[in-house]
Amino acid sequence: MVTAITSMGRSGLYDWMMQRVSAVIMLAYFIFVTCVLLGGVDYASWKELYSQTWMRIFSLLALLSMGLHAWVGLWAVFTDYLTERLMGTTGNVLRFAAQLASALVMFTYVVWGIQILWGY
Amino acid sequence: MLQVSIYRYNPETDAEPYMQDVQVDTGGKDLMVLDVLELIKSQDTSVTYRRSCREGVCGSDGINMNGKNGLACITPLSETVRNNKLVLRPLPGLPVVRDLVVDMSMFYTQYEKVQPYLQNDSPAPAIERLQSPEDREKLDGLYECILCACCSTSCPSFWWNPDRFIGPAGLLQAYRFLADSRDTATEERLAKLDDPFSVFRCHGIQNCVNVCPKGLNPTRAIGHIRNMLLSRAT
Ligand code: SF4
Ligand code: SF4
Ligand code: FES
Repeated sequence: MVTAITSMGRSGLYDWMMQRVSAVIMLAYFIFVTCVLLGGVDYASWKELYSQTWMRIFSLLALLSMGLHAWVGLWAVFTDYLTERLMGTTGNVLRFAAQLASALVMFTYVVWGIQILWGY
Repeated sequence: MLQVSIYRYNPETDAEPYMQDVQVDTGGKDLMVLDVLELIKSQDTSVTYRRSCREGVCGSDGINMNGKNGLACITPLSETVRNNKLVLRPLPGLPVVRDLVVDMSMFYTQYEKVQPYLQNDSPAPAIERLQSPEDREKLDGLYECILCACCSTSCPSFWWNPDRFIGPAGLLQAYRFLADSRDTATEERLAKLDDPFSVFRCHGIQNCVNVCPKGLNPTRAIGHIRNMLLSRAT
């Protein structure tokens, strides 16, 4: 058993599952929005759509999924390439910095997204 | 004349590894790569590689031939040589001991982790632990592994995390015992695999399947392990 405290759920199975579930949610959102756009939108109908509670919840769900998905994916990339094995101590510093930076970016996106969804 | 380019490194005399070009007269025959190595060694005895059975059974001569891992003894030139050129390198990702010989310790450490032996604490029956033909069939495609390491050393996930990812060879053996009806340690075995590295570093790239000289499919075994973990946890 290898321990890892910075992964999403600390269990490989949990991370794997989250990666799949969030991918499906994002796909559903992407297809839905594409269909709406192809159906033709103007400012009024777009605003009307996003003023509905279900659409805001759906959008927030997609946004959270993106955050989760990105975290699990980037965590795997960082622990592949920015490691002590490959670069010595620098690897640990770089990896931690990269994880911190991506966590901040994702947190910002989520909060910002909530503000946009409920702010207009 | 076949143009062979061979990886050379003797840590006692060379500052760093280099490629040596050698011309080999194959007599127009479709030799095995191991035969070519033997011809080279008859000219220059310092060329070093491992071999034993010379018939694809022992797993000692896994090397990288024109960019693809395989057993030198059962790889005919016609299968690997392009434009009359043969480039021979040690298996990628493991420390080189000398020339084509790599240090397999990390590979064996991962193998050891999966406890590759039957575990069953119930009193042994008088003759042997029996298994139905159907249960025995589940081990086909798993028990044949000769631990040549061609698969694990072709796997990018193993290159980056050979200390934490068990790798295709180890996982194939992990499943070999998970699938064995006579083994009773299934729960303990699974509990040890449920972290983000041991199994889940596999991204299904299938390089392992592509190179296995025994035609085995570690990716499928890894999928079975994942499903076992999944049904245990949900
Ligand atoms: S399928 Fe998995 S184990 Fe096989 S080469 Fe790809 S990542 Fe490695
Ligand atoms: S699975 Fe195939 S390639 Fe991997 S160690 Fe076993 S025999 Fe060699
Ligand atoms: S020498 Fe035994 S497998 Fe090639």
